[in-house]
Amino acid sequence: MTKNATDQLPGPGGALLRAWWPVAAALGIALFAHLVLRPMLGDFPSKLLLDIGINIVLAVSLTMVNGFTGQFSIGHAAFMAVGGYTGAAIVYYGSYFAFGSEAVKAGVLSTLSVSHAGAPWFTSGDGLFLGSIIAGGLVAAACGYLVGLPSLRLRGDYLAIVTLGFGEIVRVLIQRTAEVSYDLDEIKAAPLVGIGQLFTQPRAEWQAPVWTRVGGALGFTGLPTYNSLFWSLAAAGLTLLVAYRIKVSSHGRALLSIREDEIASEAMGVNTTKYKIRAFVISSFFAGIAGALFAHTTGITLKASELGFVKSFDIIIMVVLGGLGSISGASIAAVILSLLPELLRKPGSLVELWPYAAGVLVLGVVLVAAGGTRPVAKRVGKALAGLGVASLVFAGAAAVAMKNGVDLSAYRMILYALALILMMILRPQGLFGVFEIWDRAAWDWLLPRRTSEPARRGVRP
Amino acid sequence: MDALAVGSLYALIALGYTMVYGILKFINFAHSDVFVLGAWTAYRAALCAGWTNDGVPEPIARWVLWILGLIAAVGLVLAVVGRTVVKPPPGALGQSGPARAGSTLLAVGVWGWACVGLVLLARVLKAGGMEYVAGGVILLLAMGTCGVVGFCIERLAYKPLRKAPRLNVLITAIGVSLLLQNVGQLDWMFGTQPARMPSLVAQDKPLLTILGTPNADGSIAGGVNVWLVDVIGAGTAIILMIALDRLVFQTKIGRAMRAVSYNPTTAALMGIPVDRVISFTFVLGAVLAAAAGFLYTQKYPGLLQPATGTWVLLGLKAFVAAVVGGIGNIRGAMAGGLLIGLIEFFGVGYVSTEYRDVYVFGLLIVVLLVRPSGLLGKAVAEKV
Repeated sequence: MTKNATDQLPGPGGALLRAWWPVAAALGIALFAHLVLRPMLGDFPSKLLLDIGINIVLAVSLTMVNGFTGQFSIGHAAFMAVGGYTGAAIVYYGSYFAFGSEAVKAGVLSTLSVSHAGAPWFTSGDGLFLGSIIAGGLVAAACGYLVGLPSLRLRGDYLAIVTLGFGEIVRVLIQRTAEVSYDLDEIKAAPLVGIGQLFTQPRAEWQAPVWTRVGGALGFTGLPTYNSLFWSLAAAGLTLLVAYRIKVSSHGRALLSIREDEIASEAMGVNTTKYKIRAFVISSFFAGIAGALFAHTTGITLKASELGFVKSFDIIIMVVLGGLGSISGASIAAVILSLLPELLRKPGSLVELWPYAAGVLVLGVVLVAAGGTRPVAKRVGKALAGLGVASLVFAGAAAVAMKNGVDLSAYRMILYALALILMMILRPQGLFGVFEIWDRAAWDWLLPRRTSEPARRGVRP
Repeated sequence: MDALAVGSLYALIALGYTMVYGILKFINFAHSDVFVLGAWTAYRAALCAGWTNDGVPEPIARWVLWILGLIAAVGLVLAVVGRTVVKPPPGALGQSGPARAGSTLLAVGVWGWACVGLVLLARVLKAGGMEYVAGGVILLLAMGTCGVVGFCIERLAYKPLRKAPRLNVLITAIGVSLLLQNVGQLDWMFGTQPARMPSLVAQDKPLLTILGTPNADGSIAGGVNVWLVDVIGAGTAIILMIALDRLVFQTKIGRAMRAVSYNPTTAALMGIPVDRVISFTFVLGAVLAAAAGFLYTQKYPGLLQPATGTWVLLGLKAFVAAVVGGIGNIRGAMAGGLLIGLIEFFGVGYVSTEYRDVYVFGLLIVVLLVRPSGLLGKAVAEKV
C-alpha cells in the first residue's frame, strides 16, 4: 500500500491534520465554487455543475456496491427516492412548524441565484436542511439494511432482481400517498405519529400523520429550494473521500476480494454477507443524501415516477462507463453523462465545432507521421486521428441533416443509445477499468505494454 | 378470466426472458420493447389492411417500399460479392463478413416485401369477410417483423459481447431498449401520440357467463364473463406455448438449445452451432413477445407511446413471472406467467386496485426469499 506524505507528520496534531485536511479541502473547494465560480459562470452552468455534484454522489455511492463488491444492484434510485422524500417531508413540514411557512430561510451558503448582501452565512433554515439531508441518508441506509439483509445472502443476479422489485414497490407506495397540505392550521392539527389511513387519499376525515402527505402521483410540490452549489459539491467531495478511504482500507480490500472471487474470499475468512451488507448500507446512505439534495434543487418537483428504474439505469450506466470499481472513472462518467444530454440538445452548436475536430485530426496525423519509432506518440496520434474522423463524420452528417430540415433534437436519445452500445462493444471495461485515473494501468491501452501480466488482465496488484 | 388471458400473455413474454437468460445468463431489458414494437406493428398493419377507428383507411406509404427494396438490393449485392469476390481468411469457418451482413440485409428486405404482401392479403381477406383469418395474418406479420428485429438486435448488439462481462451485456441491452423506444417515438415511425387499436374481433356481449344468476328477462347478473377476445387471446397463447414446448423438448434444434443453455462450451465442442442457436432463441423470444403484444392490444386497445412506463412495466412483470417460475426454465415461465396474472387480478378484484404492482413485486420478493431458484427451477450449486 502506498503511504501519503502526510502519514509522516508527527504527533497528535499531525494525526488530526491527516484526518481532516481532505475534508477541509473538499469544503473549501465547494465554498470556492459557490462564492467565486457561480457568479462567473451564470445561472445555467451553475445548475449543471450542481447536477454534476449530485450525480457524482449517486455514481460513486453505487460504485461501492457494483464496483467494489461486485454485487449488482439495480434499484439505486429507490434509495434516492427514500432519502429524498424523507428530507423533503422534514424540511417542508419542519418549516411550517418552525417558521410558520415553507418560504426559504437561506443564508449565503444556500442561495443559488439571488445574492443576499449582509445575509447570515448559515441560518436556521440551512440547519433544518442539513439535518434533513442526514436524516434522509440514515433512513435510506436503514432501508438498505432491510433490503440487503435477506437478499445479499443470495448470489448472482438475485440481488439485482430483488433491488428491482424493491425499487418498484417504493415507487408505487409513494405514488399512493396523500396530497401535500398547504394549510398551516391543518398541518398543526394533524397527528405527528399514528397509523391511520396511511396510504389512502383522504380529503375530509383525515387521520394519517402529517409526514405521510407527500404528494402521491402528482409529486411533492412547493418544496423550499435550499440546495446550492456549495451543498452539492461538498456532498460530492465528502462522498469521494469516503469512497476512497474505504477502497484503500482493509475493509475495502475485503470488498474487492468479494468482487474478484466470492468463494475464495470466504475461504480466506472474509465474512462475505457482512461486508456485502455494509457496502450496501453505506451506498444507500449516500444515495439517500443525494436524494435529499436533489429534492431541494431549484426547478425540481419531487416525483416518484421519475425515480423509477430508468433513473437507476442512468446511475448504473455512469458506473459502468467509468469502469467498475473506479471512483475517478465513475465521477468522470457522471460529469460526461450530465453534460452530454445538454450538448445533444442543440446539435447545431455541435456542428459549429468542426474546425476543432479537424484540428484534432491534423494533430493526430502529425503525431503518427512524426512519431517515428516512439510508440506512445503513434498510439496517441492514432487515437486522436480516429476521434477527429469520427467527429468530422458526425458533424458532416448533422450538417446535411439540418440542411434538409430534419429536427436533430428528436434524435438526441437515439444518438445517446447508439453511443452507449458502441462504447460497450468497443471498450467493455469502461473508461478506466478497475483502475483510478492516476493509476498507470488505466492508460495501458495508450502506453507501450510494460506493466505486469496481472495488471494487464485487469487485476489490481 | 381476465387473469387467465393476461396471465397467459405474461407467460408468452416471460418465455422470451427466460430463454435468453437460460442461454446467455443476462436479463434482456430490450425484450419489453420488442413486445411494444409487436403491438405497434400490428396496429400499423391493421390500419393499412383496412381496419379503422374513424373510417379513413390508411394507405401504405410508398417510400417504405423504396427503402425496403433498397435494403434488399444492397443485401443481395453484398451477399453475392461476399460469396464470390471476398475470400474468407484461411482457417475461418463459414462465410465472410460481407456475405453474412449481406444475407442479413437481404432477409430484412425480403421480409419487408413479404410484409407488404401480407398486408395486402389481409386487406383482401377482410374485404372478403374473413376477418378472423385476416387477423391471423396480421398476427403473423407482427411476429415475423419482431423476429427479424430480434435477429438484428442479437447480431449487431449482443454478439460482439459474447465474451464480455455480463454487466456490459446488460448495459447494452438497456442501450438497445432506449434505442428502440426512441426510434419508435420518431415522427415517421409511430410518433409520440397514443393511439387506439381497432378491434379485429368485434363483439358487444360476452360469449358466455359462468356462475351467474339468470334474471327473469334472460339477462345474467353477476358471474364471470367470458369474452371472445379472452378466449382467442388465451387460446392463441396456449397454442403457441404448447408449440414452443414441443419445439424445445422434442426437436433437434430444441435439444441444441437445451445443450447450449446447459453448457455452451461443451455444446460447441459437440458440434452444435452455438451462434446460430442463440440467434434462433432470440428470434423465438421476439416472435412470442410480438404475439403477446398483438393479443394484448386486442384486449386493451389503448396504445401508448413506446416509452411509456406502463408498457415497460408490463415487460417487467413478465420478467417477474420468469423469475417466479424459475429463471431459465421454460415450463416455469409459463406457470409463473399464469400465477402472476392470477395474483394480480385477484388482488385487484378482492383487495384493492391501487396496489396491483405491489402484489406482483411482493410475490417476487417472497418467492426469492423462500425459494430463490423459483417455483420450478432447480438450485444450481456454484462451481469453483
